[in-house]
Amino acid sequence: MQSKNAEIEDIEIRLLLEGVQQVYGYDFRDYADASIKRRLALWLSESPFETFSEAQSRLLRDPEVFVSLLQGITVNVTEMFRDPSFFRTVREQVVPFLKTYPFVKIWHAGCASGEEAYSMAILLNEEGMAGRYRMYATDIDESVLAKAAEGVMPITEMQKYTRNYQKAGGARSFADYYTARYDRAILSPGLKKDIVFAPHNLATDAEFGEMNMVLCRNVMIYFKPALKERCLKLFDNSLLPGGFLCLGLKETLERRKMGERYEELAPGSRIYRKRYGQ
Amino acid sequence: MASSRKFSAVAIGVSSGGVQALKLLLGELPRDYPLPILIVQHISPDAGNGMAKLLDDLCAIRIKEADEQDRIVPATVYLAPPNYHLLVEREGFLSLSADPPVSYARPSVDVLFESAAAVFGPQLVAIVLTGANWDGARGVQAVKRRGGVVIVQDPADADTPQMPQAALAAVDVDHVVPLAAMPALLRRLAGLAAHPAEAGHG
Repeated sequence: MQSKNAEIEDIEIRLLLEGVQQVYGYDFRDYADASIKRRLALWLSESPFETFSEAQSRLLRDPEVFVSLLQGITVNVTEMFRDPSFFRTVREQVVPFLKTYPFVKIWHAGCASGEEAYSMAILLNEEGMAGRYRMYATDIDESVLAKAAEGVMPITEMQKYTRNYQKAGGARSFADYYTARYDRAILSPGLKKDIVFAPHNLATDAEFGEMNMVLCRNVMIYFKPALKERCLKLFDNSLLPGGFLCLGLKETLERRKMGERYEELAPGSRIYRKRYGQ
Repeated sequence: MASSRKFSAVAIGVSSGGVQALKLLLGELPRDYPLPILIVQHISPDAGNGMAKLLDDLCAIRIKEADEQDRIVPATVYLAPPNYHLLVEREGFLSLSADPPVSYARPSVDVLFESAAAVFGPQLVAIVLTGANWDGARGVQAVKRRGGVVIVQDPADADTPQMPQAALAAVDVDHVVPLAAMPALLRRLAGLAAHPAEAGHG
């Protein structure tokens, strides 16, 4: 009986995602099953509904219920200078190339609440690139983008972010980048100057043109192979020759056809440079 | 005495005292052990992949850190990478997630067990070894719900008994054994003779 219930729940989830796609146009059918099931189960347990079938009828009629589901499905936990070694490699090995251009364009795909976008802005500004770049930070979820644009973080995280910043090769006082107000840290407005936050759906939208750098870290790990392939093609089409593709530390181009056109900067860095003349 | 039941995979959860326990357990398995083995060991987020390399050097069976989209194949041990959850996908490959910690852990034993139970059902063997918290207790409930087999290290034998105790409190487990008896049990469950010496005798 228990195992029968589990089968029914699998069917309910398939129907739910189908309904969401048809009514709201968001397609989660190509998200990897195991993670999306966990996230949906968590959403259901915090919702007033007993089963996905019960949720379905409200979900399809009430956009507010959909917004809460969207947030439940797409929540991306992130932090400032997450994986400090990554940011250190960018500082030491990528920025010298970027500096050779008068102006660079950067696409940060799946930026969530903006922690990594602001980290990159801090790094680029420290390296003397303020005003010489534009960063397009995109996400599928507009409410999370609104939060990102605010640039306000919980003050309790700042100790950890300061440690990350230092491990990433930051040598200034991290406290100069925010103002503490009660339980919040308000990031200095200067960091936003060169960032544009915009909605973008990797499953359905088109590429951004002529990028010098694309960051998409720990986003595609939630996708099935076909959707992953689609994203990589978008990034490949967006990147100029000599441009950089930055993936999460456990993501690789190794077993992929387009990998031939890229060279990894340092082994294991997961920063790939697009070759010239391709 | 080979088991008549067919299993598809072994999932192991282990926390403090884990390196020593895994060395003993995996070191006793043959190079061609017929089931894939998926392991969550609680580990510091910045630990790197040294653990998989260390164990691979010490054991006959192949041990690697799980990469996203790794196909799950027999005679291979996959270790969850630091700071990522390890999950099993229906199509027979592994996936990783950077979702928040579960039971304060990432990787979490619960996450591995629940997703493995959903895919392998009664063909899953889940093992809880030494550890200092209760991660895995929810996971073994999912394994039992889907008809899988649960083995727990005898708390008296464990370096740190809390994790085995939490699993024992959560479900009726199938086997409670000391670590030293586990390799033979795993061979038996995979349809092999319990001891290498018995191979070929029936």
